[in-house]
Amino acid sequence: MSTKSPSIVMLRRNFKHLVRNPTSVFNAVLMPVVMMLMFVYVFGDAFSVGVDYIDYATPGLMLLAVCYGLGATATAVNSDMTKGIISRFKVMDVSRGAVLTGHVVASVLTNLVAITALIGVAFLLGFAPSASLLDWLGVLGIVVLLGFAAGWLTVALGLAAKSPETAGIASVPLVMLPFFSSAIVPAEKMGPGLREFAQYQPFTPIIETLRGLLNGAPATGDVLPALGWSAGIALVGYLWASSTFKKRA
Amino acid sequence: MTDTAIAVSGLRKTFGDKVVLDGIDLEVPAGTIFSLLGPNGAGKTTTVNLLTTLMKADGGTARVAGHDITAEAKKVRSAIGVTGQFAAVDELLTGQENLQLMVDLSSGVTDGKRVVAELLERFDLVESAKKSASTYSGGMRRKLDLAMTLVGNPRIIFLDEPTTGLDPRSRRTMWSIVRDLVADGVTIFLTTQYLDEADQLADRIAVLDQGRLVAQGTPGELKRLIPGTHVRLRFTTPAELGLATRIFPGSTPDDEALALRVPSDGGTKSLRAVLDRLDEHTLAAEEFSVHTPDLDDVFLALTGHHTEAAL
Repeated sequence: MSTKSPSIVMLRRNFKHLVRNPTSVFNAVLMPVVMMLMFVYVFGDAFSVGVDYIDYATPGLMLLAVCYGLGATATAVNSDMTKGIISRFKVMDVSRGAVLTGHVVASVLTNLVAITALIGVAFLLGFAPSASLLDWLGVLGIVVLLGFAAGWLTVALGLAAKSPETAGIASVPLVMLPFFSSAIVPAEKMGPGLREFAQYQPFTPIIETLRGLLNGAPATGDVLPALGWSAGIALVGYLWASSTFKKRA
Repeated sequence: MTDTAIAVSGLRKTFGDKVVLDGIDLEVPAGTIFSLLGPNGAGKTTTVNLLTTLMKADGGTARVAGHDITAEAKKVRSAIGVTGQFAAVDELLTGQENLQLMVDLSSGVTDGKRVVAELLERFDLVESAKKSASTYSGGMRRKLDLAMTLVGNPRIIFLDEPTTGLDPRSRRTMWSIVRDLVADGVTIFLTTQYLDEADQLADRIAVLDQGRLVAQGTPGELKRLIPGTHVRLRFTTPAELGLATRIFPGSTPDDEALALRVPSDGGTKSLRAVLDRLDEHTLAAEEFSVHTPDLDDVFLALTGHHTEAAL
């Protein structure tokens, strides 16, 4: 019993939460699918993107799916903090790595479930990627990396927020950011100002990398910034989360 | 190690430019209950957070279980248990799973299953052991919370307002649990805003007001400092109050509230005497009430201001 690693114990706790609180997983899965149906059926024909809209939109919606899962993570972390559960773990000398990593891994797992469901629906709607097995592994890798990066940032937001409600609200910008990227329409089609923002914001190279991989032709010009941004976001999130964890009682 | 469980000297904490703890000194002998009494905002929770290593002090020193809270935080943590102000239980887990979680996270608990079963039994939670903690009443949550604290068998336990928000019956249950713990030799550091709670449980009480200790002593010593039971009479005019002050020797008038505080033991005989005396002088009080001393009286007596001022 005393040989159990705290990280495994915490991870099991977070996993039980996911299973027992299916609403948050359901939201994380359902919302992106609804968005997909809406964009593909309602707006799709109005956007001329040069290819089948479902093929264009799926990579962007995958990123959206990651972001939609974050609200639940922020709320869960914050409720651990405000209810004193984190204080309890701290007094028990459970390492901050174990407490926080459990939340990040649970967040990534939710992301993967949501994205699997999303890709399934995309195939039903006529999604026809030309990716090889290796490309698919690349997609998985990017999604997990993005999930970890966004997960750490969200855990930091959750720790820093005053209440579970504000924690939920704090994650809204992350949900909005994909709309101002090349997720739904190409950046070139946006107005001045917004266009530049969309071109240079972190999500665009990540989406373009996914798009390239699914087309079977990833461009190095997208992959490197995508990896760089993800690593950067993960590092900032990790450092911020660690220092907040240490300071707040 | 000595017989001192907690020794605090000149402990200070500030948040920005707000001084929350302004140099407090106290000592808790092992195996006793020490109560930190004070209104909301006095600095009780901050004191607990500092002593349990959750926050860093800005000045002063403190030793818990013989270990310095700053230099030997890890050793302090392994000797203590903390039950915070809000029941820190995992609501999505059952009572049993909450306890098992503590067992899994504590090093040195060898027979986890037995520990969990015993704690469920001891805290009367066997029937709800398999139910999610979100379905528990406030009293049950506090009991589960305390049971979780006891998993590692700590020798010093911090209880931050353990009965705030509980109904009278759950309060009494909690009191008897605390007494049983001390009977087993555990040291308890308890914060409360209820004078009767400190009176019932504590061997020593320290009164905290705006980050300073304004009094320290046994419950008996402290009660000698504060006014006893009295009758309060409220009048409609200053003239009536003036007359009443003259006919009740030893009474204290409150000119602002037009009220008079008359010493009395609260028994029917002495109450009748007060009423008879009013009749003799054809005086009628607007309001008549019997007061037993409460936290507010303690504060008024010790600091010259009411508890509200500290909010």
